[in-house]
Amino acid sequence: MVNTAAEKVKVDPRDAKLSMAHFFVAFAALAIGGLMGLLQTLVRSGKYELPGGIGYYEILTAHGVMMGLVLTTFFIMGFQYAAVCRTAGTPTNAARRTGWIGFWTMVVGTAMAATMILLNKATVLYTFYAPLQAHWIFYLGMTLVVVGSWIDGAAQIMTYIKWRRSNPGKPSPLLSFMAVVNTLLWIVATLGVAATVLFQLLPWSLGLVKTVNVLVSRTLFWYFGHPLVYFWLLPAYMCWYAIIPKIIGGKIFSDSLARMSFILFLIFSIPVGFHHQLMEPGIDSAWKFIQVILTFMVVIPSLMTAFSLFATFERYGRSKGAIGLFGWFKVLPWNDARFTVPFIGMASFIPAGAGGIVNASNQMDQVVHNTIWVTGHFHLTAATSVVLTFFGISYWLVPHLTGRKLTKAMNKLAIIQGWVWFICMVFMSGAMHFEGLLGAPRRSAFSTYGGAKQAVEWIPYQIAQAVGGSILFMGIILVLIIFINLAFFAPKGDEEFPVGEAENSQETVPMVFENWKLWLGITAILILFAYTVPFIDIIQNAPPGSKGFKTW
Amino acid sequence: MHMHKYEKIWLIFGIGSLVFFLSTIGVSAFYLGNKPPSCLTTVNPDKVDQEKPFNQPGLHKVEGKDWDYELVFVASTFNYNPGEVKIPLGAKVKIIATTKDVIHGFEVAGTDINMMLEPGYVSEYTKTFNKTGEYLVVCNEYCGAGHHLMTSKIEVVK
Repeated sequence: MVNTAAEKVKVDPRDAKLSMAHFFVAFAALAIGGLMGLLQTLVRSGKYELPGGIGYYEILTAHGVMMGLVLTTFFIMGFQYAAVCRTAGTPTNAARRTGWIGFWTMVVGTAMAATMILLNKATVLYTFYAPLQAHWIFYLGMTLVVVGSWIDGAAQIMTYIKWRRSNPGKPSPLLSFMAVVNTLLWIVATLGVAATVLFQLLPWSLGLVKTVNVLVSRTLFWYFGHPLVYFWLLPAYMCWYAIIPKIIGGKIFSDSLARMSFILFLIFSIPVGFHHQLMEPGIDSAWKFIQVILTFMVVIPSLMTAFSLFATFERYGRSKGAIGLFGWFKVLPWNDARFTVPFIGMASFIPAGAGGIVNASNQMDQVVHNTIWVTGHFHLTAATSVVLTFFGISYWLVPHLTGRKLTKAMNKLAIIQGWVWFICMVFMSGAMHFEGLLGAPRRSAFSTYGGAKQAVEWIPYQIAQAVGGSILFMGIILVLIIFINLAFFAPKGDEEFPVGEAENSQETVPMVFENWKLWLGITAILILFAYTVPFIDIIQNAPPGSKGFKTW
Repeated sequence: MHMHKYEKIWLIFGIGSLVFFLSTIGVSAFYLGNKPPSCLTTVNPDKVDQEKPFNQPGLHKVEGKDWDYELVFVASTFNYNPGEVKIPLGAKVKIIATTKDVIHGFEVAGTDINMMLEPGYVSEYTKTFNKTGEYLVVCNEYCGAGHHLMTSKIEVVK
């Protein structure tokens, strides 16, 4: 039964303010990072040079940090906070204060890191690459972003605990449950990057210790670096699983299966960092293979998700009288940006996921490792699937939080934005994939490699990337116009925060899903299994440490 | 917990494919020996130039081993030593490489020779060169301002 009172449930204005604060930082990061991305594609086309002695790798670092860490972390924390407030009730004052402390900690950290990047004191890319040594303020800034996100996440967990206390024996609201899984995943994963920064990079950049163990730092970084992508992806899954069904007027296929897939992501996304290190010396190939197997376990929840989503679409379509095998596809609400924009993201995840399987496979990775294929891959996954879904969320969440309406004009502009994004990615990501197969390296400025025949073949693809990058930048401008309109200028009104309901509401959700001791315990055991022996190997078999280098 | 019949079929199919796929990779890796380039040998990164075999970069004929030649590469910012090398057609070559300073990549573009060079570690990969022509060696791991200028050339000759 539809509860009409619940339809009107709004996020408390005090919490709306906190979520919006996150979004302002996220969209500012999008603007800066997007401009840096445009400049990179132009430089790499060979037709443009950066003015004023600005280095290519400096803007590459800024692009990665702004897009990969600042945009995503701020958006996710803002969205999850709103989702928890909407479904588990208004937080206590203490929880809200915690949220603000987390927010400001992240802002201070971001400002510190960004300043050092702009001063060209931290051109180490966002993956750090010790023994390249950045200024200690950069590392400290990054630490504050991570610590701030923990505090921010604690605000969500406090509200979740409050709901559980007042509703004993009942399964928590699906969106709150999902937000908590993602926050826990994030906390467990960031322990790795926190450890390398606090115990290795900070003391070393401050001059307290002379050398750094490079392989330990890389292993700790990739322990975090892969679950990081699931931290980006799960909020998109929250939208696809629990919000899209409501937008199209359908039902969530199965509440329990959605929870199970999130738990599987928590368990299998972390002990798999070695598949980023397949080409590295110092790690035994047997252990690499074990982590490759664990990596592929996430295929299972991905397949479950695909099934659930398309089942929802098909059932909705058939309920509208669609016939034939794919007739339901036509009756989906294509003129609703809240559906179409995330749908383009969702569809992009099919080729993106297939590319990921290539990357994580022992032998196939040898062909594509560190080529621009990989860049193409994550511009499909993160920059299309995830980010378009985030935009789709903001198109109703921002007006909901600011007490405005998504107007017809903005809706239309948003749909155009989604398709512009899609077209540019066909050019940019497509060209990157093909160029990568020919061997062109990633993270690289324009080079003819002394007129080598092979390098000449790469240039047309680089021009295609510049075309794609330019269209993409127009897409970013559209997003910013829509965001500013919805935040400040759209007419006052009520915009719904859509929350889907399960198709079979009689079916009880097994309470075992909220047994955090069990799931975190299994996660810990798997992590210990995948990392203990190789880690002891790495430390016992360590070469002399490396002193710091500044090569930019 | 209820699971739809079609979903069960879909998952059985999916997990079945996964098992098949992983077995293929596993057999290829551990039976056919197509393991990623990995080597547990270490070297002092400050003394690379004095240590064997890195005191003599280049192609060396060897006897009594499973491969015909050893090709020793030393990487440093932003340079490979040797900068150019000729390999006879059909030779089975063991590439042995390391770096003197930061992390570099070692990729022979358009082939499956692709390794990370990390300070203190030796990276190795064995390959038979069956096609004549010029191969571009590029650094594919960011190493600093001259990263995109770091290159070498392998020529496979009759």
